[in-house]
Amino acid sequence: MKFAKLMVATAAFGMAAGAAHAADMATDMTLVSWGGAYQSSQQRAYVEPYIANNSGVKVVWDESSAEAVAKLRAMNEAGNVTWDLVDVVASDAIRLCDEGLAMEIDPDSDLAAAPDGKPASEDFGDLLVSDCFIPQIVYSTTFGYRTDMVGDTPPTDVCAVFDLKKYPGKRALEKRPINNMEWALLCDGVAKDKVYDVLATPAGQEQALKKLDTIKDQVIWWSAGADTPQLLADGEIVMGSTYNGRLFSVIEEQKQPVAMLWDAQVFDLDGWIIPAGLPADRLARVKDFVKFATDTQRLADQAKYISYGPARASSAPLVGKHADLGIEMAPHMPTDPNNAKNTFLYNYEFWADYRDDIDAKFQAWLAK
Amino acid sequence: MAQLTSVSRTSPAFYVSTTAAAGGIAGLLVGTAQGNSLIGLILGAAIMAVTAYAVTHFVPQERIARWAILGAMALAGILLGGVAGLVVGTAFGWFFGWFIYWLYESRYRKKIPPYLTPGQVLWHHGFRVICGLIFFFLIAPIVVVMPLSFNAEDFFTFTPEMLRFDPAGYSLKHYKDFFTSSDWQHSLWNSLSIAPAATLLSVSFGTLAAIGLSSEHVPFRRSIMAILISPMIVPLIISAAGMFFFYSRIGLQGTYFGVVLAHAALGIPFVIITVTATLVGFDRSLTRASANMGAGPIRTFFKVQMPLILPGVISGGLFAFITSFDEVVVVLFVGSAGQKTLPWQMFTGLREQISPTILAVATILVSISILLLTTIELLRRRSERLRGMSPG
Repeated sequence: MKFAKLMVATAAFGMAAGAAHAADMATDMTLVSWGGAYQSSQQRAYVEPYIANNSGVKVVWDESSAEAVAKLRAMNEAGNVTWDLVDVVASDAIRLCDEGLAMEIDPDSDLAAAPDGKPASEDFGDLLVSDCFIPQIVYSTTFGYRTDMVGDTPPTDVCAVFDLKKYPGKRALEKRPINNMEWALLCDGVAKDKVYDVLATPAGQEQALKKLDTIKDQVIWWSAGADTPQLLADGEIVMGSTYNGRLFSVIEEQKQPVAMLWDAQVFDLDGWIIPAGLPADRLARVKDFVKFATDTQRLADQAKYISYGPARASSAPLVGKHADLGIEMAPHMPTDPNNAKNTFLYNYEFWADYRDDIDAKFQAWLAK
Repeated sequence: MAQLTSVSRTSPAFYVSTTAAAGGIAGLLVGTAQGNSLIGLILGAAIMAVTAYAVTHFVPQERIARWAILGAMALAGILLGGVAGLVVGTAFGWFFGWFIYWLYESRYRKKIPPYLTPGQVLWHHGFRVICGLIFFFLIAPIVVVMPLSFNAEDFFTFTPEMLRFDPAGYSLKHYKDFFTSSDWQHSLWNSLSIAPAATLLSVSFGTLAAIGLSSEHVPFRRSIMAILISPMIVPLIISAAGMFFFYSRIGLQGTYFGVVLAHAALGIPFVIITVTATLVGFDRSLTRASANMGAGPIRTFFKVQMPLILPGVISGGLFAFITSFDEVVVVLFVGSAGQKTLPWQMFTGLREQISPTILAVATILVSISILLLTTIELLRRRSERLRGMSPG
């Protein structure tokens, strides 16, 4: 009898505690992302299952990741941070962390462990490039080309971009020095492991710009990820760089005559940061969501909707088929061994040190 | 219109060379589409010069010649560009058939007074061509959007299927996307709830301000006017950034009311300007007469002044509504994702994924505007007719 009473009391206490815990969490979340297919993959892989488990939670999306750094600065100055979780590329996460605009996290307590019990810090490994950064995906910036505009010998290496004789026509490159300078040096005969040593010198920067000069009048400069797919679909360009997921969508979903040129693709990371200074109830909700959204299964699920590689080692074996198309996703991942024969990893340290300087030179060169 | 000037046939040098010039322009268009502008220009000029000379010399009847030109050009169109080419070719064929005889028979002089110099005749027609071109450049970008919104693919591209008028190249899926996607419906609803509220605020405040500022005894009238008009003059991005910091501190940033207030501030100048303009023609002695007959100021305002300045108030209100409905910069700053309006959704849609859903939305908005304007115009004509102001 006494025991039963104790049980009831414990259960009631437990329920009360649970209810109190839930009441401590805000019910609204504003997530910031990139829009398009990428955001809808996050919606389907993370948010929908989360809401199914936590009814009453409302999620609002803001497609502002492209200007996340500037907007977070402004919000911080105005003392009114309206975002709860922000999707940014790793280099922006590093900047936001340095400026104190993003919250530092402890991977092992804030993120879920792998199914085999391996702590999150080991499961993510090297991809935890900043104390504030919670990686989601590995994506790559690479080239796609029109299969009907390259004749009988489709390009197999990145230097085709600089070969106007063999592949005449316009090409699309991103309107910034990052990646373009590396590709230019690589195709100007610089060994891959020397690229950043050369690029650190003014002479090396000159050399890269000189190489870019050879194709400058045939280049269309893009600034939004959607530009190159549109130009390729239009047949305006013969080849162009963009994010590999965008090219996947052009090729497999839109069935355009386009193919991937994986050579010298540049890996980069994309992930979440939690803005610094959130009120306790919103912070509790966001931490709960992030722990769920970056666990092994959720990251693997995202690959059902878009061809970006999950950031956890333990997610890779779980990558299955595309949710709508039913094709195996593994061969479309930038990290697939067949695609990753020759790759770069975005050099965060180098570009943190040299970005302003090389940016200025690049912009001056563009205006010439 | 009756014939004003008796005409005679013109010399071959004149009509052949003019037709050649027109043919050159048409050839330039076709040649650019086919990939070589220069060859198009030369070929177009040559073909049209020969045609003009040939039909006027060897074909006795105008009707036969014009049908022959039409048929030949339509055939050439099919060979060059399929169904789309047929349409273009037929249009060109009709035009050139008409154009050659219009020049050859001097019809261009028929309906204008005989005393005009050749330069004045040229200007008479050149003026019409310029007006036509202005309309073309204003309307073409809007018209081009409409067929693209029925694209079966997810790009801003006229696909080969569309150019062949193949039904498979067209679909309503972007319209379906607009009506079923919660993002678009949400932002449509936001726009439709923000714009009327902002319009109501701007019309009430703007009308009152205009009436106040038009009475002579108000001190500093010009400076107050300048301050009220300033949202129209200061670059939008500056106002928006200022509003962002100010509204953040007083807790209005990211709220529905905050966006309504910001849009009202943008709409007030339009109302002030239009209402001030109508007040210029308003006879002040009417309000004195009304007061003389025992009406209070409020009654005078609603019964005497308001009905007379109503056209100004309504057009100011329309401007305020459109300002709020079209506005993207201020709402990006003052609103948060919960107040995402239609232009905001279009802006992000255009930047992050170039999806023709935007074109479908644009087409719907343009159609609604045309319908609204037509209705207003019809109503206006009807009321004029009922009041006996116009015979039609």
